[in-house]
Amino acid sequence: MTTPTHKQRLVVVGNGMVGHHFIETLIAQGGHESYQITVFGAEPHLAYDRVHLSEYFSGKGAAELAMTDGSLYNQHSVKYVTDCLVTGIDRDSKELLLQDSSTVAYDKLILATGSYPFVPPIPGHQRENTFVYRTLEDLDSIRECARTAKTGTVIGGGLLGLEAANALKSLGLKTHVVEFAPRLMPVQLDEQGGDVLKSMIKALDVTVHTDTATNEIVDGETAYHRMNFADGSYIETDLILFSAGIRPQDALATQSGLAIGERGGIAINNQCRTSDNDIYAIGECALWNNRIFGLVAPGYTMAKTAVADLMGDVTTSFTGADMSTKLKLLGCDVGSIGDAHATTQGSKVFVYQDELNNAYRKMVVSEDGKKLLGAVLVGDNSYYDTLLQYFLNAIDLPEQAQSLILPAMEGAPAGLGIDALPATASVCSCHNVTKQDISDAVSAGLMSIGDIKQTTKASTGCGGCAALLKKCVDHELLALGVEVSTDICEHFAYTRQDLFNLVKVEGIKSFAELLGKHGKGYGCEICKPAIGSILASVWNDYVLKKEHISLQDTNDRFLANMQKDGTYSIVPRIPGGEITADKLIVLGQVAKEYNLYTKVTGGQRIDLFGATMAQLPDIWKKLVDAGFETGQAYGKSLRTVKSCVGSTWCRYGVNDSLSMAIALENRYKGLRSPHKIKFAVSGCTRECAEAQSKDIGVIATEGGWNLYVCGNGGMKPRHGDLFATDLDDATLVKYIDRILMFYVKTADRLQRTSVWMENLEGGLSYLKDVVIRDSLGLCNELETQMNHVVDTFQCEWKTTIEDEAALKTFRQFVNHDAQDENVVFVQERDQIRPATLDEKAQLIAKAI
Amino acid sequence: MWTKVCQTDDLITGAGVAAMVEGQQVALFLVPESEQQVYALSNWDPVGQANVLSRGIVAHLQDEWVVASPLYKQHFSLKTGNCLEESFQICTWQTKIEDGSVFVAQQV
Ligand code: SRM
Ligand SMILES: Cc1cc2nc3c(=O)[nH]c(=O)nc-3n(C[C@H](O)[C@H](O)[C@H](O)COP(=O)(O)OP(=O)(O)OC[C@H]3O[C@@H](n4cnc5c(N)ncnc54)[C@H](O)[C@@H]3O)c2cc1C
Ligand code: SF4
Ligand code: FES
Repeated sequence: MTTPTHKQRLVVVGNGMVGHHFIETLIAQGGHESYQITVFGAEPHLAYDRVHLSEYFSGKGAAELAMTDGSLYNQHSVKYVTDCLVTGIDRDSKELLLQDSSTVAYDKLILATGSYPFVPPIPGHQRENTFVYRTLEDLDSIRECARTAKTGTVIGGGLLGLEAANALKSLGLKTHVVEFAPRLMPVQLDEQGGDVLKSMIKALDVTVHTDTATNEIVDGETAYHRMNFADGSYIETDLILFSAGIRPQDALATQSGLAIGERGGIAINNQCRTSDNDIYAIGECALWNNRIFGLVAPGYTMAKTAVADLMGDVTTSFTGADMSTKLKLLGCDVGSIGDAHATTQGSKVFVYQDELNNAYRKMVVSEDGKKLLGAVLVGDNSYYDTLLQYFLNAIDLPEQAQSLILPAMEGAPAGLGIDALPATASVCSCHNVTKQDISDAVSAGLMSIGDIKQTTKASTGCGGCAALLKKCVDHELLALGVEVSTDICEHFAYTRQDLFNLVKVEGIKSFAELLGKHGKGYGCEICKPAIGSILASVWNDYVLKKEHISLQDTNDRFLANMQKDGTYSIVPRIPGGEITADKLIVLGQVAKEYNLYTKVTGGQRIDLFGATMAQLPDIWKKLVDAGFETGQAYGKSLRTVKSCVGSTWCRYGVNDSLSMAIALENRYKGLRSPHKIKFAVSGCTRECAEAQSKDIGVIATEGGWNLYVCGNGGMKPRHGDLFATDLDDATLVKYIDRILMFYVKTADRLQRTSVWMENLEGGLSYLKDVVIRDSLGLCNELETQMNHVVDTFQCEWKTTIEDEAALKTFRQFVNHDAQDENVVFVQERDQIRPATLDEKAQLIAKAI
Repeated sequence: MWTKVCQTDDLITGAGVAAMVEGQQVALFLVPESEQQVYALSNWDPVGQANVLSRGIVAHLQDEWVVASPLYKQHFSLKTGNCLEESFQICTWQTKIEDGSVFVAQQV
């Protein structure tokens, strides 16, 4: 018998996605109490998210892809060794042999060794500058080679091959794809689907060679390699990437005599045990029922099954997995469900094809037309979720089943409602979360998507189920009588985005007009400032105009930030943080004259505190006369563009970050937005301006500017995402125009760009589509709108000090010249500060 | 006893201004859509401990006219001075408009 002091030794070989998930699950079930867990991984990193490996090229670092930083392991005394290849198993003595010839004993062994890329033995396949696409190290060497390469070629036009082609393209290479089969993605797509995909991909300037066998790779004349094809033709290319399929990593099993399949793979039963009762195999190395599962979700299910078996639960078993997939490849939607090739006896097929818009959809149904057996989608995946649910849950097809793949027309039946899904329906296949699990979580009191994600893990794998999860949660909340209202408040049954569109499309110029046409009641402190901000974004009127003044939050109404005692702070704009000695002197003089507290802000400018409302216009008059403009520290609008000194002074700077920062600050100052917006521009990758923590971050490169978007400091910091690289000045500004206006147009009220991005369906790649490829046809409008705002900029303080009516509203008392007796200052470090309650009491006592 | 405070022109439609009435800070709100037209309540925000209520946004919530404090956003009824979120009640004054002038009644 085992006692807690004499734990069994459980060893995991392979610290990939599935091996890690196994340990996580085992710990969650308390398995670390009965087992001393050890894990060996051949890679230098702990487990990382291989599914999102390609994001390593679009800005994600190894740390962000990591699935653990080791703390979970440390916490539960899991021993882990990276960079360590297990070279053999001695099943008789129950020992593992390590690469340094040491041995490790086990009681239970888990093989989670994954798979390796197959490299076809074409003569020349071992030449330099040839790669595979599986690990972070692979990507490092590809990136290194791409620095000097001009063209790249992927051998293999399957799912991974196309993903790799996308990566090469994003590295700036002229890209080819060479596929042996007559079509792309031969496993998932039929002939027509493959053709449509091919024409879409060709249109993206990737050259596709199907039906093409490579005979040999030799020295090239115009590039590093020449690939000679079977038909006598050839291409020249600097970099070659093999993506011709994967093979299960079963070397240990073979060496130790475990049962393996004819074409490889460690044979397992429904409990994931191999032919040796003490050895399990899970993930891509395992062969179940003569099948290998090259996706992460089935691997996770195997991991759970093995854990259950080890913990003595005999009810759980692995009985196969669904291999349906949906992806965006080079920006093209591709989906494949179930029996895509219609191989089931008697099956019937519906096909929809639109050559004009590159769309192809096929449904495979049972002989009686009642059930969905499979589907192929190319060009538009919005049909996928509904089809998948029909397939997975064997739901009876509707009367006009073909409507499921026809373009949406007036009166067409809506997609499958959540109601129609059985409780067992899988919502998230990566983590095997069912509709029932979601319903339980909501009943247990979880109300937000974020909490539900954290607890159930739904939508934390490939992310493909995000939309379905949201619908499911809303549905459950509704069932519980919790109203899921997206209305901005009781006065407008609209979202902020709806209101923005109404204002714009109907040319609405005031709150009263919008309320009259589309609202009810009289408004409140939620809708008034939100609509005030929308009106300002669209028309850019002076915010203290008679019809707008009552909409403004106190900060906007007095064009200054209210402090705790009712006094205000004053923040003049100091673009890029650059300021002359003369202007500094003016700030000093004004501060001295009005006895204001002075501080350098975190945004590279100077804040003067302690001005009363009545003093504001006088102070601002002095500042405006000295050439200052409002810094809009009070507005939900552009705050600061931080900068570093850049190439002008700094020995490392590669571009003039300061001039760019000033230009950007001057361009976007005055833009009212759903929340405040901050920028920064750094002169080189040392990043002294901390641009990656800003809504808009710009970093100089040898080739221009890299643009980062949707970063945030504050309560929930977020690193910005790399949006585009090596931009020239004009393109940089063009992209920022579009991104900001799209944000202004679509975000919720008080939603920073970071949260907006996290909630944007399709995320970064969607935003890129909208901004770079103009997928919504909006770019013109967005730019025009931004130009309007830029052209109509006015310094609100300059306007105010020239406007008698506005000045009147700054009187402390409408009928009196008195001061607010509750505003009392004391001295600290040679400046004023608001007196505390105790201090006030003492001062009053003294005065009496 | 009524005290004449200012002209209606001195008020801001849909928003507040502060006045000094017999040594007390009063927040005056002009709300033409409401029965009472002009409301007067203390300018003192008992939560934020500052004289700021005249600078809050006027809101109409479930049939009640309120002002949201500019500091921490609690709502105070314009009519009764009741705080909707916490157990505070602040002073209110009766008001009237005559010949374009705004009057505040002495407190009872
Ligand atoms: C003055 C300053 C602090 C300082 O002494 O340095 C400051 C002061 C205030 N910050 Fe800030 N923030 C200041 C820089 C920052 C920074 C640093 C930066 O900009 O580089 C951050 C983090 C960066 C970011 O925003 O991503 C920052 C994150 C916040 C947040 C949290 C935002 C978030 O998304 O989580 C708030 C709260 C909010 O906006 O809802 C906030 C809100 C405020 C308010 C407006 C709070 C309030 O309502 O009274 C403060 C009023 C300032 C005033 O009266 O002038 N302040 N604040 C800085 C003014 C910079 C400027 O020149 O305009
Ligand atoms: C670019 C790319 C995109 C992908 N996209 C998707 C997708 O969208 N959806 C999806 O479901 N799947 C996707 N996959 C597949 C998914 O990544 C795999 O299914 C998953 O990683 C399998 O996990 P695993 O733990 O079985 O294997 P792995 O993650 O490969 O882990 C196995 C680990 O074991 C180590 N190892 C092997 N032998 C030994 C040994 N003898 N000693 C010590 N360590 C050893 C290996 O070094 C490796 O680290 C993608 C894969 C790639 C490469
Ligand atoms: S970011 Fe680069 S250029 Fe700017 S100051 Fe730092 S090191 Fe110099
Ligand atoms: S299906 Fe992959 S995260 Fe849910």
